Amino acid sequence: MKLTGRKIYKGMAKAEAIVTKDGISFYGGVDPDTGIVVEVGHELEGQSVTGKVLVFPSGKGSTVGSYTMYRMKKNNTAPAAIVNKEIDTIIAVGCIISEIPCVDKIDINNIKTGQIISVNATEGLIEL
Amino acid sequence: MKLSQEEQEMLNGKYGKAAKKSMEILITLGEIFDADSMVEVTGVQIAGVSYANLDEAGLEFLNEMAEDGKVKVLTTLNPAGMDRENWQALGIDENFAINQNRAIDAFAKMGIITTCSCTPYLIGNSPHFGQHLAWAESSAVCYANSVIGARTNREGGPSALASALTGKTPRYGYHLDENRYGEVLINVKTFVSGTDQFGILGKFVGDKLVELGKKIPYITGVSSATVEELKSLCASVATYGGAAMFHMENITPEYNKYPKPSKLVVEISQDDMDKARSELTDSDIEIDFVSIGCPHASLHEIATIAKLLEGKKVKKEFWITTARPTKKIADQAGYSKTIEDAGAKFAADTCCVVAPIKGRFKGIMVDSAKACYYGRAKNKFKVKIGTIQECIEEAIK
Repeated sequence: MKLTGRKIYKGMAKAEAIVTKDGISFYGGVDPDTGIVVEVGHELEGQSVTGKVLVFPSGKGSTVGSYTMYRMKKNNTAPAAIVNKEIDTIIAVGCIISEIPCVDKIDINNIKTGQIISVNATEGLIEL
Repeated sequence: MKLSQEEQEMLNGKYGKAAKKSMEILITLGEIFDADSMVEVTGVQIAGVSYANLDEAGLEFLNEMAEDGKVKVLTTLNPAGMDRENWQALGIDENFAINQNRAIDAFAKMGIITTCSCTPYLIGNSPHFGQHLAWAESSAVCYANSVIGARTNREGGPSALASALTGKTPRYGYHLDENRYGEVLINVKTFVSGTDQFGILGKFVGDKLVELGKKIPYITGVSSATVEELKSLCASVATYGGAAMFHMENITPEYNKYPKPSKLVVEISQDDMDKARSELTDSDIEIDFVSIGCPHASLHEIATIAKLLEGKKVKKEFWITTARPTKKIADQAGYSKTIEDAGAKFAADTCCVVAPIKGRFKGIMVDSAKACYYGRAKNKFKVKIGTIQECIEEAIK
């Protein structure tokens, strides 16, 4: 299946999807040293987002989250790509400064954890 | 988005890596928010200065931008995590101080004025009516839009830095007339005066905005307001309601530019104010810390504190948080000596929101509703709000 969205930051990635219906706050919500979601009660609590296509509705929380994403990129703990339903400024800026491919305006209900996804963020396309 | 030749060249890398990265950030934000073009900004205020928030990640990003980035417009900084001259007396860890200075050095390398204040409008980053800005720091954003009538969105640290390095911001949101009209009429039916009461008013209005899902209140029934009262209100309505601007009848410059909202009307009685005040005071509080200056204390507030503290001795840790330039004028005027002789401390360049003081005190008394919010949420203190005079009475008790 092919889905068309909007390019937020360019690039290509092919990896396993990790999907949540919860918003993500990288600042305080994800450990930048391990890539593991640490927000208490989060659907992905205890799971690693490293090297995966991270699929979630939208970002939340502090604007410092953009810097946390940058730190994950430098630590090699960042996701391979990000797919959102509706982008917010924290995730958008985080993807730009960290050079993480990112697409939004995707119906994320179509994507299941564990599926292999190709992301062509430059064209705003994803393929399951 | 339509780009000028200069903007296109920045994007292509003609002006270096930092300008290119900045333009990528601004264009992406512009596209997300349907901006048709960029607008030139005359000033920038950058948040995300405290090392406690930046951490190594933020610092690495700043250093990368500082390799070839230089500001194009007047740019100032938000409070840092410590007083840059007096950090030892305030109990700040040496390692933290070293890292905080590394961050400030990176900003300085880009040509940013490292004043470290949340009140840039009091110390020379002073826009006038109608100017476009890219300001972070929610209280200053609200002050610029509402009290001055300048125009800025609520920027984050990286987007404000991107505007500083390019002199541009995407034209959307509060830059456009159609997004600046009042949506809900707030009719204040009781007398409001003093920084504490204006802060409490801001909490009530902010909570109401969240409840109603609205952004811009139009406040009537306030007969007069000082700069200090307005800065307290701005901080509070931004903290509790996420508001970037308000109108206040007969007081703010754009109050009669747009129609007064008539469909959605909220009245505030003395009972409402009392209730909001009680929500900002924890019942079983044991106060061991008093602080004034959220947002940063003005010269007038420092003069008031000096007068109240003259010949007295404080018995509790007491910080006056302010901008370094304001502190220097207070030094010359003799206020600082009076205050320090009484045992109170200045914490310039920093504030109780961003300094690494989590858990260091049990209970804090302040005159600021914003400081109550962060005192509780971030620093895990119990809180109490009162007038400046009441704060000082508590400190010397």
